[in-house]
Amino acid sequence: MNTEWYVVLSSLLFAVGAMGILVRRSPIVILLCLEIMLNAGNLALVAFSRMVGNQQGQVFAIVVMVVAACEVVVGLGLIVAIFRRKLPLDVDELRELRG
Amino acid sequence: MEAVLFFAAALGALGGAIGVVALRNPFYGVLALIVHLFSLAVLFLLLTAAFVAAAQVVVYAGAVMVLYVFVTAYVGGETEPVGDPIPGQKFLAPLLGAALFIELSIAVLGSSLLALTTHGPKVGPGFGNPEAIGKLLLERFLLAFEASSILLLMAAVGAVVLAGRQGTPGVSEGAVGGSSERAFGAVCSEHPPTAPSPVGGASA
Repeated sequence: MNTEWYVVLSSLLFAVGAMGILVRRSPIVILLCLEIMLNAGNLALVAFSRMVGNQQGQVFAIVVMVVAACEVVVGLGLIVAIFRRKLPLDVDELRELRG
Repeated sequence: MEAVLFFAAALGALGGAIGVVALRNPFYGVLALIVHLFSLAVLFLLLTAAFVAAAQVVVYAGAVMVLYVFVTAYVGGETEPVGDPIPGQKFLAPLLGAALFIELSIAVLGSSLLALTTHGPKVGPGFGNPEAIGKLLLERFLLAFEASSILLLMAAVGAVVLAGRQGTPGVSEGAVGGSSERAFGAVCSEHPPTAPSPVGGASA
């Protein structure tokens, strides 16, 4: 398969993830959509690394994976903290920082 | 053969992603994301990135998804209420998503990268295997490797600080277990919030 197929698939996945973040209100699902967007970026990195014939893009993808794991851990910690304070798990209700 | 595998995996990845966005129950959303991640691992294998594919399965589908399942079960995967607080959000969001997709496609396909329509150069059998990636990580990208390890440590500590203590005292005492709670209280007692109680700072 040509590289453009992978890149178009990656941008499609990125758009789907962005749409999910716009539509959904549960913070857990928003984190899941963030995962989709990060994975779309990973797919583009690996596809371009194959296109160039160079493995450095794969190392970038692994670093992105590490960052995604950190983001998940902190985000889920926030969700658990929100839940323990008996606040609603709804990003439209949690808008004290909105100003 | 490769094209069949690509389209099957692409369909799985896309279907999983749409499932995450469309399914109302977050628990089903997590399961759909697992399908998405496995399909992406297949795509990585097609791109001769064996180590990235293995890390994808082990780290994401193995560890991160288990974390998601536990937290979803803990907070109770409630289905979202229907109805949008911002009028027209349900129609505007797919429109903006489609606009983003078209924009990205134009940006990439119009980039006049000559190699974009090729498969990429011929690579040896060692391309993307753990040995090659490990060599790169520990030689050329050693600084990034160390920085990401520090980032992981900070995230672990931050998650414990965020989720470990605050909230109703009865719940955290019973659920987390005494010893880890006490050990964590000893770590945190440098910054006592308000009159720490004798049992390792389990303040209300």
